[in-house]
Amino acid sequence: MWTWFYRLASPPYVYWVAAAATPWFLSLSVVAIGYGLIAGLVFAPPDYQQGDAFRIIYVHAPSAWLSMFAYTTMALAGGIALIWRIKIGHAVAAASAPIGASFTVAALVTGSLWGRPMWGTYWAWDPRLTSELILLFLYVGVMALRPAFEEPGRGDRAAALLSIVGVVNIPIIHYSVVWWNSLHQGATVARLGVPKMPGSMLWPLLSMLLGFMLFYGAVLCIRLRGEVLNRERQSAWVREAIKA
Amino acid sequence: MMSSGFWSMGGYARFVWPCVGFTGAVLAWNLWAARRHFAAARTRSARALAMAASDGA
Repeated sequence: MWTWFYRLASPPYVYWVAAAATPWFLSLSVVAIGYGLIAGLVFAPPDYQQGDAFRIIYVHAPSAWLSMFAYTTMALAGGIALIWRIKIGHAVAAASAPIGASFTVAALVTGSLWGRPMWGTYWAWDPRLTSELILLFLYVGVMALRPAFEEPGRGDRAAALLSIVGVVNIPIIHYSVVWWNSLHQGATVARLGVPKMPGSMLWPLLSMLLGFMLFYGAVLCIRLRGEVLNRERQSAWVREAIKA
Repeated sequence: MMSSGFWSMGGYARFVWPCVGFTGAVLAWNLWAARRHFAAARTRSARALAMAASDGA
């Protein structure tokens, strides 16, 4: 098991696996997002309370989910890099940060546009919205901290520490609607028991969630290859990689 | 289905379509930025290798 673990951490291995996985992730994400969008925007029935405005869920929920998933991946990769001194972990964390930050912005913007017709305001200092905004600040902090040191290793370690400390915000975002009075609706899919939505609304949403995850996988692989090249510029295998 | 009713989104078009558009733009930006990041890393690595080869010669 440890052999596999350390092989997985080898930069050339990661580089080639990422290259092979990218087209698969990307093409499957196009299928999943395509189905989810058409089924969600065209065929799903309007909500009995929110009407057609509920369809914003098909882009808002996957963006919000991905914003948390990318952060958790970044913190886990940073933790692995710190504990086992596996450098590829820092590369994964660095690759994940801008993707997660962009989807946090998407979640905030789409949530704000959804809030206007439903709550009567674009923004409220609600626990869910505020904790999601804090997530964006954490992403910006991690991305700013990494290049702030002259020695890249120190920047990596500082960014990993900040991302690990900030991971406490993830359960706060998720449970904010349970712990506090919130304008934001409660969990729709990720709840114990049966989801609140009927299948005609739920399947497109699940497809969008899967599609966004696959898209994250594809973009992470592309960015990770760039990070590996930046960090392994002096290595002999890079010569072969550049020619390919 | 592609009637004016669909595009008007039951009166919520000015909220629904900007959300779809913005998210599409974020998806497109991610793909473009990742490819650009990789291409830049590749160029830098190629330049570093070329410099190392010229120093060795």
